[in-house]
Amino acid sequence: MNEDDRDQMKKLLKAALPQVDAKSGPSGDLWPAMQRRLDEASAVQVSVSQTGFNWAWFDGVLAAGLVVLVASFPSAIPLLLYYL
Amino acid sequence: MQNEPSDVLNRFRQGDADAFEALFRQHQRLVYSWILRIVRDPTAAEDLTIESFWRIHRAHARFETAHGFEGWARRIATHAAFDWLRARRGKNEVGAEACSELAAPANSDPAVSAEIRLKTAQAFGRLPPKLRIAATLAVIEEEPHRVIASALGISVAAVKLRVFRALRLLRRDLQQQGITP
Repeated sequence: MNEDDRDQMKKLLKAALPQVDAKSGPSGDLWPAMQRRLDEASAVQVSVSQTGFNWAWFDGVLAAGLVVLVASFPSAIPLLLYYL
Repeated sequence: MQNEPSDVLNRFRQGDADAFEALFRQHQRLVYSWILRIVRDPTAAEDLTIESFWRIHRAHARFETAHGFEGWARRIATHAAFDWLRARRGKNEVGAEACSELAAPANSDPAVSAEIRLKTAQAFGRLPPKLRIAATLAVIEEEPHRVIASALGISVAAVKLRVFRALRLLRRDLQQQGITP
């Protein structure tokens, strides 16, 4: 593609998709929507932190069970590693 | 863009909610306008402005006050717009209505038929998003390559290359439809 082709393509592209109006702005103040997004995120964060405690407890039990299993049946180690 | 008092920027960096609100109110129009130029959809541009500021809010600790807020916000907004284009690739061909809604009528070339304009716009919508963004900003919006490079986080040479590749792909697509530019 030579320079003339490029210029021709640029001209065609500009004709097909003219510039967005420089004065374009949002339909209104977007801060209320932003505030809602922040509030939702805070609520989710609180929820996650509460759930996070439960998961940590659950993870602890799983880990303890795994340690007991490995200590009781060392031959199960390769099998566990295979499935990890 | 106005220079923000360094106090506001420092407080924002430390996670101050009021400073974030001040920066949002000051820059929402600029971020919206930048995104609109890329996605060419006013509703999506509003949603993406919120998404961009949400990312800005989460990344406040990584903000470097010395580099200024505008360029940083523009880069984050560009990434948000890129994600949107990528998610919608193939189903967001730019149609005639979108063209006429956003178009500045004085810029339309009467020598180019409506059908060719529509096919060109549709072919442009099929371009890979990273090429499309570079071509939109450089060719259509006539933004300086330096600004585009900064927003995309690439070099000026890479911007030029993307524009070149976009135009070549577009030409090939149109030729396959029997349109010889």
